[in-house]
Amino acid sequence: MSAFREEDPRINSIRTKIRLVPNFPKQGIDFLDITTLLLDPKAFKNTIDMFVERYKNKNISVVAGIEARGFIFGPPIALAIGAKFVPLRKPRKLPGEVISEEYTLEYGSDCLEMHLGAVQRGECALVVDDLVATGGTLCAAMNLLERAGAEVVECACVIELPALKDR
Amino acid sequence: MFAEENGLKGDPRLQGISNAIRVVPHFPKPGIMFQDITTLLLNHKAFKDAVDIFVDRYRHMNISVVAGVEARGFMFGPSIALAIGAKFVPLSKPGTLPDNAMMCVQNHFPSPYFGEQIGTVEKNRLLLDKSYSTVSKLPSEVISEDYVLEYGTDRLEMHVNAVLPGERALVFDDLVATGGTLSAAIRLLERAGAEVVECACVIGLPVVEEQCRLNGKPLYILVEPREIEDCC
Repeated sequence: MSAFREEDPRINSIRTKIRLVPNFPKQGIDFLDITTLLLDPKAFKNTIDMFVERYKNKNISVVAGIEARGFIFGPPIALAIGAKFVPLRKPRKLPGEVISEEYTLEYGSDCLEMHLGAVQRGECALVVDDLVATGGTLCAAMNLLERAGAEVVECACVIELPALKDR
Repeated sequence: MFAEENGLKGDPRLQGISNAIRVVPHFPKPGIMFQDITTLLLNHKAFKDAVDIFVDRYRHMNISVVAGVEARGFMFGPSIALAIGAKFVPLSKPGTLPDNAMMCVQNHFPSPYFGEQIGTVEKNRLLLDKSYSTVSKLPSEVISEDYVLEYGTDRLEMHVNAVLPGERALVFDDLVATGGTLSAAIRLLERAGAEVVECACVIGLPVVEEQCRLNGKPLYILVEPREIEDCC
């Protein structure tokens, strides 16, 4: 579901700060760049506030962010709602013992890892990334959390690509 | 300088932060005692304390930019930036920042995400309107800096337009070892015309302890690295 439909006035301030970059990372891909959103403290704060308002009383104890742009939005949300933050990383970045999940994405394939023991059985989790395209990365993230015994309450993204709505 | 020597002596939050860090021996290669901050992020109180200490230090220093080094700098930097009203600028590994200058082009991308229209797209090339530029090639917007680190070499990139000349900047990373990464970050920001006020890290390795400064810039560190014997 998209917050855009609810017409919160903050949505427009967020939307207009996102930059489209054609043919990045390769020909034919339109990259939606959130770094310009981060350059506007008010718009960035609005983004976080909207997520925090939505999730603060949902008993969420884990916010899992997907490398690397999920690391930008996830921790402020986690701190504000009293949850821990768990980074979901590309292979061989996490130093401890990990569980891995392979997945295909919009432009290639990859693998996501999470530290063993980061999440306890029965915890309620939120997954955060900057953008959802096919949903491949988010599905891998959910699989990782569910394999660790957590319940994924929702996936939260700043941007949703229109062709893939209605989930 | 360490937080303990700079007004936070005996502050119980520092011990809590240190205790929350995990040492992983021989990662990423033999001989390296890796200081793992992911366990700090699992401890809400310790994580919040760390951010609060940085926020208390920087909120009245007129800092308008917090630059965080990818990827662990991203886990702390944005929260600090939000609390002090600064923008957050990611300093990224090569190839992850799109090196394209423009705000969004409206006509040919049917989606509600856009700002001003600055040109049209024909055959997948952007032709900028006269008021912007007549050049059909887009300038590269990324500046990069190569550097040597504790275990290898690397490169940092930053969007040029992210920082305006004269802005006061804080550089953030989770850990400082040789100072190579932070030095590259300082050079990037200075090339863009910013004034780097300080570098801040959660953990500082002994080799920089005596220096207290990097490229002439002060360094602020919360805790020393943990020894393997400290950990349970």
